[in-house]
Amino acid sequence: MTFVVASPSLSVRGARIAFGDRVVANNLTLEFPGGRTTCLLGRSGVGKTSLLRWLAGLLPGAERAAPLAYMAQRDLLLPWLNLLDNVLLGHRLRGDAVALGAAGPRARTLLAEVGLGHRLGDRPETLSAGMRQRAALARTLCEDRPVVLMDEPFAHLDAVTRLELQDLAARLLAGRTVVLVTHDPLEALRLGHQVRVLSGTPFTVGPVIEPPGPMPRDPADPTLLGLQGRLIAQLRNTA
Amino acid sequence: MRPLITAIGLLLAWEALTWATGVPVYILPPPSRVAVVLVERFDLLMEQAAWTAAEMILGLALGLVLGAVLAVVFAASAGWRRWALPLVIVSQAIPVIAIAPLLVLWLGYGMASKVAMAALVIFFPVVSTLYDGLRRTDQGWLDLAQTMDACPRAVLLQIRLPAALPAFASGARIAAAVAPIGAVIGEWVGASAGLGYLMTQSLARGQTPLAFAALFLLCLLGLALYHATDRAARRLVPWQSPQGE
Repeated sequence: MTFVVASPSLSVRGARIAFGDRVVANNLTLEFPGGRTTCLLGRSGVGKTSLLRWLAGLLPGAERAAPLAYMAQRDLLLPWLNLLDNVLLGHRLRGDAVALGAAGPRARTLLAEVGLGHRLGDRPETLSAGMRQRAALARTLCEDRPVVLMDEPFAHLDAVTRLELQDLAARLLAGRTVVLVTHDPLEALRLGHQVRVLSGTPFTVGPVIEPPGPMPRDPADPTLLGLQGRLIAQLRNTA
Repeated sequence: MRPLITAIGLLLAWEALTWATGVPVYILPPPSRVAVVLVERFDLLMEQAAWTAAEMILGLALGLVLGAVLAVVFAASAGWRRWALPLVIVSQAIPVIAIAPLLVLWLGYGMASKVAMAALVIFFPVVSTLYDGLRRTDQGWLDLAQTMDACPRAVLLQIRLPAALPAFASGARIAAAVAPIGAVIGEWVGASAGLGYLMTQSLARGQTPLAFAALFLLCLLGLALYHATDRAARRLVPWQSPQGE
């Protein structure tokens, strides 16, 4: 694994996110500490994904704060490429032959780390949903960017696969500045140094919640379950 | 198996119809008579079929290449699209049978005018399906490419184009199905060889069974071309469409 030297913090200052007349966020100021994982929790439609896309520079008028890697809800593997080439997609798209050659071993190592070292030459359609999302995680990490944005990356998986992938992500993303959007309180509590709750229209961001203990946290931990209960109540009240 | 049974059933019904009504052979020959002609004139028919097949295959190849290039140019450049797209649409508004005599006048009675005609019929479904496919790339893939700092050229060649290949395959299948139309219309208007030419000649001389034999081979050629294209498309584009739950 490459050692991440310094992962910058991300700052949002007075941002406005709007689609025509529909204002998602107004005068938004937010800080994502460097080298730590911040989970943004909120109900569907509150604007979590919009904020993440804004941070990624994917919305009109938005500018990317730092070089970053983006992982979406869908795996977005290209069906015509094998797994290894999918993981190397960024390098292929940038067309830098030297960097592409150099990234090959790293991509193989990452695929081995996510348990797909024996499927390098396989096409995505031959894989299960969990395997595909693991490959997407490897692709995200192969970009080797200090900032990683994740949009409900495990939402489509069954409960056990989700827990396994959360463990894997927590291990492999350590040291990077991660913003993870989710509607699952337990996921946020397992993976985040910080959890922030988004609510309202336009949305506001709640105070920093810092669950105790190292990540990935045990889903059966009574403290975590207590916090989960409180978060669910909070999300219900902010409908 | 089922199409074969249907075909045999239809042929038997046709044979019975000609026998029962006593319709003259020069109006409607029975299938048995057509089969006899197929055997007797096998060399002539094969010679003409080879000629028509060459026209269809060359026309298909030319139409596919022309259509693919145009679609990529349209997708890559709004300027070119604004200038050339109306021309493409006009080219399809004119019935191909109306252009056929002109093409024969310009390109002669030989193969070139038929290849041009087939290509003209073919390139439009190819342009429209591929261009449509190029415009409908999964937004998720485009977003991903943007966060990876991909240049527009890389996005076009490495994401949009392969993503549009299933659409291109559909276009190619349609093209293969209509390729015989272009070639045969060309042969009817003016030719010195080919199954279409043989049909007009034999009908003019009252040799209706020979015309039917030529028509039968034309049908087989069309089917073969379609299935070959379909197989090639399946082999080259094993994934079907962009992902989506």
